[in-house]
Order: sequence, then C-alpha cells, then structure tokens
Amino acid sequence: MTVIAPRVCVATVPVPYQVVECSAESADTATIAVEPVAAPLPAFAPGQFAMVYAFGVGDVPLSVCGIDGHRLTHTVRSVGATSGALRSLRPGTRVGVRGPFGTAWDLSSASGRDLVVVAGGIGLAPLRPLVHGALAAPERYGRVNVLIGARTPGDLLYTEELPRWRADTRTLVTVDRPDATWTGDVGVVTALLDRAAFDPSSSVAFVCGPEVMIRATARELVHRGVDPDRIRVSLERTMHCGTGHCGHCQLGPLLLCRDGPVVTWTHAQPLLSVREL
Amino acid sequence: MTDGFLGSLSPTLRGWLLGFAHETSFPSDIRIFDEGGEADRFWIVRTGLIALDVHVPARGPVVVETVGDGELLGWSWLFEPYQWHLGALTRTAVQAYEFDAPQVRAAMDEDPAAGLALFRAIGDQVIGRRLKSARTRLLDLYGPRAYESGPVR
Repeated sequence: MTVIAPRVCVATVPVPYQVVECSAESADTATIAVEPVAAPLPAFAPGQFAMVYAFGVGDVPLSVCGIDGHRLTHTVRSVGATSGALRSLRPGTRVGVRGPFGTAWDLSSASGRDLVVVAGGIGLAPLRPLVHGALAAPERYGRVNVLIGARTPGDLLYTEELPRWRADTRTLVTVDRPDATWTGDVGVVTALLDRAAFDPSSSVAFVCGPEVMIRATARELVHRGVDPDRIRVSLERTMHCGTGHCGHCQLGPLLLCRDGPVVTWTHAQPLLSVREL
Repeated sequence: MTDGFLGSLSPTLRGWLLGFAHETSFPSDIRIFDEGGEADRFWIVRTGLIALDVHVPARGPVVVETVGDGELLGWSWLFEPYQWHLGALTRTAVQAYEFDAPQVRAAMDEDPAAGLALFRAIGDQVIGRRLKSARTRLLDLYGPRAYESGPVR
C-alpha cells in the first residue's frame, strides 16, 4: 500500500515561520527576517512576494527583500493594523507565510547588458535581492546603476549597505526633502538618469515605486531609447488570495498576484494609462 | 553616461553655444550666486554637484534641488529682470563651462534660428523638467500612505 505523505498547500495555508531578526529602517518601517519552524516554503525569487500573516490581526503581501537559503527577509512599513503589527514584531514571534507568489525579476535577461535599477521609496525593497544578485556576479553584466529616491534622508532604506553598493555599482541617491545633514542630491529620482552610465540601446531596466514614479521613469527610459520590452516594472494592487482567484488585484486582463507583480513596460503602459483600472 | 544638456543640442547648436564658453572651476562649499543677485552668467556643469537654495527666515538656506553633471546651472539670465530666483552653493568641487549671459543673449538676437533652438532646448530640458520635477514632488509620492494602493491593512 502506498503511503501518501500529508501535503500542505502552500498557496492557501499559512506555514509557520519564526522571526529571527528585526531592525528598524525608519520611524515607521522595519526589516524582519523569518525562518521556517518546520518544512520551508518553496524557494522565492527576487521580485516575488509572500502573504505574511500576523496571527490574530491579518495578512498582507510583502515582497522578499532578502533571500538566504530558507530565510526570508521582508521590509514592512506601518500603514495599518496588520502592517503595524508586523513592523513591531520581535525575534521569537511566529508568523504565517504563504507563497511564493507572482512573477520575478528576470535578472538573466540583463546578462551582458547595462543594468538600470530605479527605486522610489519602499520600492527599493523588492529590488534589493536583484541588486544583491548583480553584485554577486558583476562579470555577467555591463555597467550597473542603482538610482534611489526617498522622501527624506530618514526614510532611506538599507543605509548600511549603500557604501558597498556605491563601491561596486553606480549608486545615486536623491531625496525630495533634505534635512540640514544631507549633502547629496535633492530632486526626483528620474533626474538621476542623466548621471547614470548606460547605453540605452542595450540596457535592461528594473523599476519599482509609486505608480506615478514608475510611469515617469519608464517614459524617460523609453525617451532615451530603452526598449519597452526591456523595462520591467513591479506593479501593486490589492493582493489578497495570491492565487489569482479572488480578483482583488485585477489590472485589466492581468491578475497581478499571478501575472505580476513584475511585468514589462510593454504590457504595463497601456493598462496604466486607463484611469478606471 | 548620457550627455546632459549639451547632448540634447544638435551638433551645430552645441558648437555655436560652446563658442561662447570658457572653462572654470569652483571648490566645494562656495556660493556661486545669491538669490536676487544679477544673473549675468550661467554654467553647464561638467562634473560636480551644486545645491539650489532659498533663504527662509529662521531656517537659513533651504535646498530645493541639486544640479549635477551635464546640467545647466541658471536660466534667470534668459528673462528680465535677469535676477537669480534661487541661490547656488557648491556641494563638491565643480568643473563647468561658464558663459557670459549678455553676450549669449545678444548672439541669440543676432542669430534668431540659433536663439530659438537654444530657447526651446532650455524650455524643454531645463525649465520643463524642473517644473515636472516640482509638480511630482508636490504629490509627496513617498509620503505616509501615499504608496500603498487599496485598503490600508
């Protein structure tokens, strides 16, 4: 007689993970690392997201901002009850995790090409593992540019990593509202494209941030000659089930939890120009 | 690296404009011009970073934008009363092409085709972009609750 091992449906049943590390990024944002209590979820890829459950409160979609074996890292900004509860977690706390969901950044498509990574605000979180991937194998790519925009210097993420990024890539950072200590750039992130080092005809771009910022950045990239098929953007709608069933994340013909969040600008551009979507 | 403002000009117009340029440099933390001062020069930054600021009583100079490699520094010289709207302070050592504004204005009048082309380039590449930038920042895109779509959870 064949014994069938119990199988957990990772898409619909939260798998217990334990918070093993947490660090404050800013007043309202923290990065938490979680590890599986028992069997891990399938491997995540940069750009994908998990539904992370704060028991007794609710679950929210969180992009992976770090992947180290079975350890997942997420950056969460407190904007409501669930995200507030997750931001305040301490090591040892258990959470439920479902995933991996959605499409990933296709870093292999950038092989041999210049890389332009453009992040706005907390949009840097899903791009972080992509930058890590590029830093791990710099010989595979041409020039690597990381352009980061934030509201204030205090809102910048992963500040302890930026010196290394600056050493190995062309990393430029700008803020909308400087304080007295800020000596860097001030202005919108698209302005940094002027100082990025890339050949538009053979570059691949990865963009994540507020939708208005994504539209402005993609338009600038196309204006400079980057092929819309080689511009990947990460879109956000209300992810809920993560399995393409509930329809909360619908954007025209796409269910972003399944067909996104990462799509090419060729696909995204006509959808984002329709207000009703 | 893209070629900045000069790269946006046709080769002919670029050569015409550079005919009025001389190279200059500034050390870090030097005020190039003050808000309200006479806008009798302008620059195209080759390397370096410059903060544009506004003096706010009790707060001192507040930086509203920065200008870096390849960008045009100053367009108040193009419009009467030829006074700077903002101040400019170097944040790093700067190398730049410097232009005598009255000389360039006179040349634009003498060669209206070149003048119009330069005017359009400044309108599109400098004034238009900075207006778009200012409007975008007014949206406070990265502000609390501005990024997330859908119900807050």
